[in-house]
Amino acid sequence: MTGPRLGLWCDGVPRRALVLCGILLAVLLAAPLALNSYLLSVLILVLYFAYTGQAWNVMMGFAGQLSLGHSLYIGLGAYTAAALFMHFGINPWVGSLAAMVVAAAFGAAVGYLAFRFGIGGVYFALLTIAFAEFTRIGFDHFPWVGGAGGLFLKVVGKGRFDLLHLRGSAVMFYYLLLALTVAAFLLCHRLMRSKIGYYWLAIREDQDAAQALGIHTFRYKMYAVLLSSAMTALGGVFYAFYYNNLFPEQIFSMERSVEIVLGPIIGGLGTLFGPLLGAFVLTVLAEGLRDLLSALGLALPGATQVFYGVCLLAVIVFLPDGIWPGLRRLLGLDRAAGPGPKREG
Amino acid sequence: MALLEVRRISKSFRGLRAVREASFDVAEGGILALIGPNGAGKTTCFNLIAGVFPPDEGTITLDGRRLDGLRPDQVCHAGIGRTFQLVKPFAALSVEDNVMVGALRTRRDVAAARLAAREILDLLGLAAKGRHLAASLTLPERKRLEVARAMATRPRLLLLDEVMAGLRPTETDQMVAVLSRINRETGLSVLLIEHVMRAVMALARDVVVLNYGEVIARGTPDTVVRDPAVLQCYLGEAAL
Repeated sequence: MTGPRLGLWCDGVPRRALVLCGILLAVLLAAPLALNSYLLSVLILVLYFAYTGQAWNVMMGFAGQLSLGHSLYIGLGAYTAAALFMHFGINPWVGSLAAMVVAAAFGAAVGYLAFRFGIGGVYFALLTIAFAEFTRIGFDHFPWVGGAGGLFLKVVGKGRFDLLHLRGSAVMFYYLLLALTVAAFLLCHRLMRSKIGYYWLAIREDQDAAQALGIHTFRYKMYAVLLSSAMTALGGVFYAFYYNNLFPEQIFSMERSVEIVLGPIIGGLGTLFGPLLGAFVLTVLAEGLRDLLSALGLALPGATQVFYGVCLLAVIVFLPDGIWPGLRRLLGLDRAAGPGPKREG
Repeated sequence: MALLEVRRISKSFRGLRAVREASFDVAEGGILALIGPNGAGKTTCFNLIAGVFPPDEGTITLDGRRLDGLRPDQVCHAGIGRTFQLVKPFAALSVEDNVMVGALRTRRDVAAARLAAREILDLLGLAAKGRHLAASLTLPERKRLEVARAMATRPRLLLLDEVMAGLRPTETDQMVAVLSRINRETGLSVLLIEHVMRAVMALARDVVVLNYGEVIARGTPDTVVRDPAVLQCYLGEAAL
């Protein structure tokens, strides 16, 4: 099938890239058949970081707005859908819409304050952290969702496969998350070949020059924040229904935000495959390290965090553009480049 | 009626009056050069027209439409394209994508904008560099990229802020040739700030001289360079 609709998606993408994407997708689709439940849970974690990383990348990688408070949108998404489900029995799919709206509303508040008053760069990042922090404190004292004591969804039998109510086995969640990740990838792919994508890159590279070319920078930065926060909220909904328990302390934590950020930076900021690759590399290496340490009989609390730090350091020093640009060259996909990786800053 | 009418604009920065009651016109299809010593207020004038900040007093109109108080993007939509004295390329984008971003203002979609960008790059002699990253360009090329990007927005008036600075004489002549050809063929009006007198003499039909934020002389290039007030501000009392 090579109708015009398919052409729209694949235009200019080299054949080799399409084939590789196809193989990757096939492997991911078949993976649950071959993996035990532990490895499946690792892969779910990979996809979770790939998806949320992709969502974060919209804001930082494409539009150049550094958010270090994306746990805000994860938490809001998770709490909104879970509370609506628990209190009113509202279907999680409907709850997802509400979650996206709530997260986007908070995103709009952050974006409006920052962009209206010209807060950029590090100061913008501080603002995002502040919002995540005071929302966390607010939820600690919000009895309707259990306050600091947490919110719990009823755990159901592992054998169920109730997609409608998001109650079921890990395999179901795996495929759900895979679909979400693929959808986010395709959406970003499309956006980066459209006017909005190029406008984001222009803003990222030089805001004054972008504005002089007629770009309403406030509006386009808001689009990036709204899309990124709404997408991230969906990751939060998934988190809530997969883990079944939510604590403000955990879900709104700075650590959660940083986890989201690491994948895209290590994979390649502003690239489409960066968040996927980064999530895979980091999660698999971290889990491998944990296995290795326990096999050696060593219990080193915080070893994973140290490891993340070392990875980040290594990538920033040796591969400032991330892993993907180099790998892309190795795979001979460089013409497919699309928007190039961020060079500086 | 002139295309651009600047009337008695003033701008102060913390007590320093960078521009005081400056007035000048750019005729439809005309080329006006704004010259003056360093710190005379030329770039401030530019920024006032381009909407970087609003004038404290005075009005700016393009084709009868008020521009003062508009944002830079609104000024662009009104029909003014500008370059920056310190070039601001989108470094991580290809040269073609840089120009395409400008072209997207009036073109239907990315494909149409890309075609337009290629034409403009061709015009400015950058076609061979289209796929290169803008970060890889030399300074003269970056200056041309600034012009290409501004032109891609299809302006009626082009503001050029020292696009000849740092160019060799032959490169200056090339740029002059390109600009006068564009002006001749498309009727695009140009307002340029320029220190390179070789370019001013060759390109401008009218010259306005600023000193300490005030207009001290105006006229054709030939008359202005003989004006005693102009000689004095450039060379000092002793020159007279």
